[in-house]
Amino acid sequence: MASLPFVLRSLLRDLKSGELAVLLLALLVAVASLTAVGFFTSRVGRAVTQQAGEVLAADLRLESPRPIAETYDVEAASRGLEVARILSMPSVVFHGEDSSLVALRAVGKGYPLRGRLKIADEPFGAARPTDAIPAPGEAWADSRLLARLGVPVGASLSVGAHTVKVTQVLDYRPDQGAGFGDLSATLMINLADVPATELIQPGSRVSRAVLFAGAPADVAAFREQLKATRQPGERLQAIEDASPQIRASSERAGRFLSLASLVSVLLSAVAVAMAARRYATRHLDNVALMKCMGASQGFVLRQTVLQLVVIAVLVTLAGTALGYLAQAGLAWLLRDLIRSDLPPPGVATAWLGLVTSVTILVGFALPPLLQLKRVPPARVLRRNLEPPPLRYAAVYVFAIGAVLALLYWLVRDPRLVTVVAGGIGATFVALALAGWLLVKGLAPLRRGVGVAWRYGLANIARRGRDSVVQIVAFGLGLMVLLLLALVRDDLLREWRASLPEDAPNYFMINIRPDEGDAVRAFFHERGLPPTELVPLVRARLTAINDVPVDRIRFEGDRAQGFVEREANLTWARTLRDDNRLLAGQWWVDGDDGGARVSVEKEYAERLGLKLGDTVTYDVAGEPVTATITSLREVRWDSFQPNFFMVFSPGVLDDVTGTLITSVHVNPGQRPALVDLVRQFPEVTIIDIDALLSQVRDVMDKAALAVQYVFLFTLAAGLMVLLAAVQATRDERRYESAMLRTLGASRRVVFQGVAAEFTALGLLSGLLAAAGATVAGYFLAREVFNLEYSPDPWVWVIGIVGGALLVGVAGVLAARSVVTQPPAATLRQAQ
Amino acid sequence: MDTVLEAAGLGKQVSSPEGTLAILSDVSLAISRGETVAVMGASGAGKSTLLALLAGLDEPTSGRVHLAGSDLTALDEDGRAAVRARHVGFVFQSFHLVPSLTALENVMLPLELAGRRDARAAALEVLGRVGLAGRVGHYPRQLSGGEQQRVAIARAFVTRPAVLFADEPTGNLDAATGERIMELLFGLNAETGATLVLVTHDQALAARCGRVIRLDAGRVVEP
Repeated sequence: MASLPFVLRSLLRDLKSGELAVLLLALLVAVASLTAVGFFTSRVGRAVTQQAGEVLAADLRLESPRPIAETYDVEAASRGLEVARILSMPSVVFHGEDSSLVALRAVGKGYPLRGRLKIADEPFGAARPTDAIPAPGEAWADSRLLARLGVPVGASLSVGAHTVKVTQVLDYRPDQGAGFGDLSATLMINLADVPATELIQPGSRVSRAVLFAGAPADVAAFREQLKATRQPGERLQAIEDASPQIRASSERAGRFLSLASLVSVLLSAVAVAMAARRYATRHLDNVALMKCMGASQGFVLRQTVLQLVVIAVLVTLAGTALGYLAQAGLAWLLRDLIRSDLPPPGVATAWLGLVTSVTILVGFALPPLLQLKRVPPARVLRRNLEPPPLRYAAVYVFAIGAVLALLYWLVRDPRLVTVVAGGIGATFVALALAGWLLVKGLAPLRRGVGVAWRYGLANIARRGRDSVVQIVAFGLGLMVLLLLALVRDDLLREWRASLPEDAPNYFMINIRPDEGDAVRAFFHERGLPPTELVPLVRARLTAINDVPVDRIRFEGDRAQGFVEREANLTWARTLRDDNRLLAGQWWVDGDDGGARVSVEKEYAERLGLKLGDTVTYDVAGEPVTATITSLREVRWDSFQPNFFMVFSPGVLDDVTGTLITSVHVNPGQRPALVDLVRQFPEVTIIDIDALLSQVRDVMDKAALAVQYVFLFTLAAGLMVLLAAVQATRDERRYESAMLRTLGASRRVVFQGVAAEFTALGLLSGLLAAAGATVAGYFLAREVFNLEYSPDPWVWVIGIVGGALLVGVAGVLAARSVVTQPPAATLRQAQ
Repeated sequence: MDTVLEAAGLGKQVSSPEGTLAILSDVSLAISRGETVAVMGASGAGKSTLLALLAGLDEPTSGRVHLAGSDLTALDEDGRAAVRARHVGFVFQSFHLVPSLTALENVMLPLELAGRRDARAAALEVLGRVGLAGRVGHYPRQLSGGEQQRVAIARAFVTRPAVLFADEPTGNLDAATGERIMELLFGLNAETGATLVLVTHDQALAARCGRVIRLDAGRVVEP
């Protein structure tokens, strides 16, 4: 009997009368928030997939920190494969006195073998693909590098002992990695220019690679051969090895944003539940009337469900469109971090909107609406007849089930679902408890205030449960924004302040041992503080307790990374001030206990090393084995050269390595750095301030993206407020009419409403500020080991912002209620 | 004579904190096609309960109700709803119009519920008959009380019911308006040959009916 046209007509009537506005808006916020993040992560994910094929710029890539024999090229060429060589290293380029850290990439003829370079004429200008590479004497620079140095295309840059002219802006290279890129800007030069820079010295942090491409069968055969014949330290990468890590990191980021948007979904769902309950109450009479006129229970049920289906479809379409617009904002905020054009999102993401709206409707709107089916028809004669009450257990089962289903759909990991659901549940309970205490705390205030405030505060207390829900909804959104906007800055400042004034701000690496004395003399001559030059030896971990590392399974990506990368070793006679011994003994001068090594705590934990274990390193082709005799804790933010592995004297003394140091340079002494690099071109200077500001830049962008997502949370909070106002509309209208009949002016009634919502806002702000402060304190103490002094601005902005936001929104929403003439209201209420 | 509505031994009890309360006891009556019957009694005498039971809006604790050939007491709620849809119309004291629907849409509602395709034309015709042809697009709040009740009467008659139940149809109206509404109600009743069961306090109104059933403390005192 319930025909679609009839449902559409009655839905249209409800829409016209505004009955469903809050429910629709709340659902819209939920769908838009989740699809915005969904679309964005889908785009990043697809970019990763799309570029996986060219992420090596080749089909096969052989990498090594040491020179790679030419015989590989010859062999590959004889098999009909294309070959290209590249070399990369961190370096510093100068323009006048300005310097910037760069990832220097020297590329040879043929590069890239897969994918194409893109260049532009101006920084951040329109890019076009090219098949060329920089000519000798020329360089292509990243837009960010030019921006950082403040130079245009055509400028000359010093790279080591060489000067190159920037002729193009490098927009894209296939092997730059998709998703969230690395920190340094790229400067691309011709491989033929490398000798002139004099940057390559024994022990330099250089990564060399030979690229191969060709028919799949030829590549596969060559790969097998290389596997058998490659030298130690030579790493072979095929396409299938390259992408998982990038994918994993971009998936992690996407998952995090999804969970952030889930908070808005939860709040919206609460608003939907409130609106649905109100809708059901308002429609009891109508349904009773329809039953009176012959509508069956089945008809009412079908009508309800069909109505929800239509709503789901409409909101999914609108919300998904809104989400699509919103993701463009997210992509724009993160445009610097995502260094490639994002492809359009996958079609599958569009399902996310439908899943969200259906889940919320089934979990939160259906239970109260199902009540309509059970309205007794005799209600038309006796208004006090109501359907049997909702069974709350059933309602909660529906809602919690819906949330868990959505959570699982988002993260697809049962363990994570448990953790996150537990975390969210605990947070909500804690916030609700705090909100409840705040509401209770208002009671004594009622005695000391005027009539308007007393009326407002009385309303908060009377609608206790709804008040708590509203406080929590707003408090949560505000809290996260405060945490990200203010507390994060505070923590960074505290950390900065905890560093000594003269903490080193430059690292110098790649100092040749035979030039150590000359560098020291240069420091002395130019008035730089005396500095300790620490030996650094590059080596590969080959065995633990005589078991080769490739036969050991390590837990986690980091441990695997520690093993795969070349390690930096040093040796020392004494324990540094910024190191603390946790276990074992430091060696005493003169005793001969054989080769011993002291290991940093985290490194030991990751690799599962204990006192008494032996480690074997391949140091320039020679195995060096040492026994672990102590474990250390290192204060890395002393910015002194520190190492995971410190060997006892006599083990590495004769190995050719390099020297490393760090130094505090005053702004006035900076010209000395330029001269240092001119005189010792192989020395790489790393500007710690610049590095930190780059890290900070990335953090800012990421925080901005998270804040953006949490704006939806505020919008969801607004929906909860609207739903609460709507739910109390009839009550408010009647009350205001009564008050005005009793002689209260419109102004007093209005002030009462303003007082109520301002007080609600104050409480949410209070809750938000307290939450952000507690979180800041916890982060400072437990995570960063800092003293945290609470920021008064968190309280000021939280409380004032909350009061304004909620006060204004609430008054606007409830305005029409108090402006109605009382006579009309009282007549209607009869 | 052709009986369209019949009750036998009808009783309704409700449980309350003070024990079981009998609202209606052992009511038996038979109403013929085309008859007009007034149900009178003091407040709390059980008038509305009787109306609800006769119309199948509620279930009796004892006894049986036959309406237009169906045993309402043997049917479930949906079965009774189906009987109402085919044979019954209602007019209420407080009109019970759907506030979000226009006059026309309110009258169309029972036809739409029955899945009738000509709902619009039929509704327009009846609205013309009750003198509201010019106000079909108005919402209830834009109509006077008398006009609202005319819409309700149009809605009740649009399905051409066999039995029309009216619960204090003039109770919320002034005397003159009430008089005009009654003219309309009895006029339409005579025209369509429907049976009219009217609950009222109004002696004058009762006097216009063919028969009066008086209730006192849940029992029929004057058949």
